[in-house]
Amino acid sequence: MAINYMNPLFEVVRNYDRCIKCRVCERQCANEVHHYDPDLDKMVADETSCVDCQRCVTLCPTRALKIRKNENEFRENGNWSQQVMDEVYKQAGSGGVLLSAMGNPREYPVYWDKILLNASQVTNPPIDPLREPMETKTFLGKKDQEIHYDENGKAEFKHNPYLELDVPIMFSAMSFGSISKNAHESLARAAQELGTYYNTGEGGLHKDFYKYGPNTICQVASGRFGVFKEYLDTGAAIEIKMGQGAKPGIGGHLPGMKINEEISRTRMIPKGTDAISPAPHHDIYSIEDLRQLVLSLKEATNWEKPVIVKIAAVHNVAAIASGIARSGADIIAIDGYRGGTGAAPTRIRDNVGIPIELALASVDQRLRDEGIRNNISIVVGGSIRSSADVVKAVALGADAVYIATAALLSMGCHLCRSCNTGKCNWGIATQRADLVKRLNPDIAYKRLVNLVHAWDHEIKEMMGGMGINSLESLRGNRLMLRGIGLNQKELDILGIMHAGE
Amino acid sequence: MLKKEGETRIPAGCAISGFINRSGRRTNGSVIVNSIACMHDRSNGLGGGYAGYGIYPEYKDQYAFHVFYDSNEARIKTEAFIDRHFDVINLSRIPTRKHPNITDEPLIWRYFVNPLPTKLEESQLDERTYVARCVIKINDKIDGAYVFSSGKNMGVFKAVGYPEDVGEFYRLDEYDGWAWTVHGRYPTNTPGWWGGAHPFSLLDYTIVHNGEISSYDANRRFIEMFGYKCNLLTDTEVITYIIDYLHRRLGMPLEDVAKVIAAPFWSEIDSGRFSPEETAKIRHFRNVYSSLLITGPFSIILGFNNGLMALNDRLKLRSMVAAEKGDTVYISSEECSIRTMSPDVDRIWSPRGGEPIIVTLDK
Amino acid sequence: MKKVYVNEDWCLGCHLCEFTCAAANSGAPDMIKAFAGGKKPVARIQIEEGDKINFAVQCRHCEAHPCVKGCIAGALSVQNGVIVCDEEKCVGCYTCVLSCPYGAIVIDETGHKIRKCDLCTRNSHGEPACVKACPNNAIVFEER
Repeated sequence: MAINYMNPLFEVVRNYDRCIKCRVCERQCANEVHHYDPDLDKMVADETSCVDCQRCVTLCPTRALKIRKNENEFRENGNWSQQVMDEVYKQAGSGGVLLSAMGNPREYPVYWDKILLNASQVTNPPIDPLREPMETKTFLGKKDQEIHYDENGKAEFKHNPYLELDVPIMFSAMSFGSISKNAHESLARAAQELGTYYNTGEGGLHKDFYKYGPNTICQVASGRFGVFKEYLDTGAAIEIKMGQGAKPGIGGHLPGMKINEEISRTRMIPKGTDAISPAPHHDIYSIEDLRQLVLSLKEATNWEKPVIVKIAAVHNVAAIASGIARSGADIIAIDGYRGGTGAAPTRIRDNVGIPIELALASVDQRLRDEGIRNNISIVVGGSIRSSADVVKAVALGADAVYIATAALLSMGCHLCRSCNTGKCNWGIATQRADLVKRLNPDIAYKRLVNLVHAWDHEIKEMMGGMGINSLESLRGNRLMLRGIGLNQKELDILGIMHAGE
Repeated sequence: MLKKEGETRIPAGCAISGFINRSGRRTNGSVIVNSIACMHDRSNGLGGGYAGYGIYPEYKDQYAFHVFYDSNEARIKTEAFIDRHFDVINLSRIPTRKHPNITDEPLIWRYFVNPLPTKLEESQLDERTYVARCVIKINDKIDGAYVFSSGKNMGVFKAVGYPEDVGEFYRLDEYDGWAWTVHGRYPTNTPGWWGGAHPFSLLDYTIVHNGEISSYDANRRFIEMFGYKCNLLTDTEVITYIIDYLHRRLGMPLEDVAKVIAAPFWSEIDSGRFSPEETAKIRHFRNVYSSLLITGPFSIILGFNNGLMALNDRLKLRSMVAAEKGDTVYISSEECSIRTMSPDVDRIWSPRGGEPIIVTLDK
Repeated sequence: MKKVYVNEDWCLGCHLCEFTCAAANSGAPDMIKAFAGGKKPVARIQIEEGDKINFAVQCRHCEAHPCVKGCIAGALSVQNGVIVCDEEKCVGCYTCVLSCPYGAIVIDETGHKIRKCDLCTRNSHGEPACVKACPNNAIVFEER
């Protein structure tokens, strides 16, 4: 018999005084952890397959369940942690690449939490958001066109295509395939109600969602899944995915077991085979090739839609951004190393890429140094966790933010990071019909709307406190930020002073 | 150690006032000096300054440079630069009167110049851009020299001190102009340097400003893309550069400049208050020139070669009163100062936030 | 009149409505006490489970109400549109169980009585407890 080296990660702790044996936990666990033992007349748990998704804990009507880290401990070791050792055991067993889901969970510094905001006092009054207009509307697109006045003093100017957002928050790319149809429907309906946009991701656009076209950004990724003329014409904008924060340098990966009839049709690929997007676009090997694709897409859609180029935050992100700004693209989306994913090799997710805060600061400054900041709008993501992060991002120079993990959390995700197994108990990262049913778009879209409204309200409160009543006056306004616990180099890159200065 | 102006940002509160005779009739500078004295408490003695238009009729076709020098070396370097780029018609120290409250004065000189024709042609620039670039270069590159006025037939006079004392110091009773503006400053730090007082000027644009804008860094980091350098880190400097960019370089009329820097709220734009064409234009401004929106209390009087514009921020967080008598229009932070200049007026009103008062010389 | 309706697209077959209903009508102050000591209170709502579809069945409070017409003891009656059972009068003949076309009436062996949904009008909840307990909007309380 082979030795099983894999420790269960979690323990299921049940309070038998509270358990009423309703068996909800048994029925709702796709990993088959709980079951009712009629001989013992009690609920028992097999914790080996528990992923701590919290479905049973949340649904238990008497709060009888708790999931804890498995208390079985290896001998303490500052260098070889238990997790690192488990990963070696896994690879020795499988011979395969470690796969993970969602964003980098490692203990790297979170710069958002080391930046503080200003408030106006005495010399400059704060503005009361309950009594004065507070505007968070923003436009994404090129702003470098000229203006002329004719002899009658009438203004003549060219219109560039743009996206108009009522709040500076959009839903980031998550493909149909990595998440369920119900999840997409919730995002689409929420985007429509909020006056913002959601992103198809690289899985194409399901026919049922064409009606949300005016609030849809259609992504063109390296695999070109689901890309054809009608797809491009339906959306409000087109996004070329050059990279993704969670896995810079490699393409998307959808395991074959997640590809059913609907996914196959939407992505225009065969059922059951793994959908692996290539690392580069095989027609983009240099910056001028990107320009060619940008202009081709514009030509294909009659120059009516803005083109977004999405890149991962890597070491020379500022230079890349400068090249993209000159390529004809209207908007650049930068995805930081904390960005989420449905499936990625663990080592790439945890070790490749740089924090979005630093990438944003250096891209914004570089574009201004070159005098081309208004050729392009900047959208950032990976990871934006709260309205405070949004305010700090705008103050560093972003025009808007992309949220994805926060959106999934609103829909029920508990970051158990097992999306790649396809057994999401919350109906989000799965294609199994019985699981997808668990995500009711009528409920989920309202929660998304609630989240964004709440954040918008908080943004207005913070802006008012700073004496600002329109988002455009916060954009790039670095004097509103101070660092705390940062060294001089970090402060220089962020372009902010230390608290107290 | 306290930092100098330009090394750190100094918020301030203030007093402003100004008037213009539409007919072009020239009024003595003592009138404007008296108007600021009654607003003494709005300043704290750490800065005051004036802008006068039409004060150099004998040299009306030359650019009048007013320059501060910290040292004789700085003067020599600057005069060498000026000689290389300009034809100097006249130069002299600016005449001043000793005043007990005005101390630590730098060297203050005045030059009447025209661009050297050959240099101007080589540069392939129009005359005003050429002059502006030279001024910015001197201020940026020559240590200890600061050109604080560079327009035709107009001049700025400023110092560290109460404005009424500054007016006496510069002997403004010896000048006559068809428009005057004045500023008294109340900064919350001690500036070490006269150049930081208001008005700020570039070519014939002068700005006196009361308020502290919250959008400063957003505005600065955008306007610096177009060749401007915000060395003084003051609101007035960035506002002047924004107006220079929109009015002179883009050719935007002042009504539209006001619509960019004090844009109407979306609730107003969406309410149908403006015509469809005007609405499309304002939406375009709020999209494309969004980084030039100025937020935060401000009350400014812009002087230019043909008139004055007064403007408040959209929420009207600073005071501003305007009045008319005959062909003269008065603008001030407080009514009392208007009454000092003209005890009875034909009408007096408080302009709405975001709505400019633009007065130009009758042709 | 507001009644409980089923959206069978969303029923997960989790049975939370059943347990909540049983506890709500058990007279116990909370769910734990309702089931403590091996007690088995009876739910007035039942889940029908299938391969790809589940749904909840409870009294529809229909206008035909054959149960009321057939009740020999006069225990069943219509009050403000809600069909309620006076459990004192019920003799456990189970005629109503046979006559209900939806199979919505439940036999309670222990008390030799029937139990049926009364839209929580006679317990402390006031509003149907099953609707509140459903995690997925599979049952709703509304006018149609």
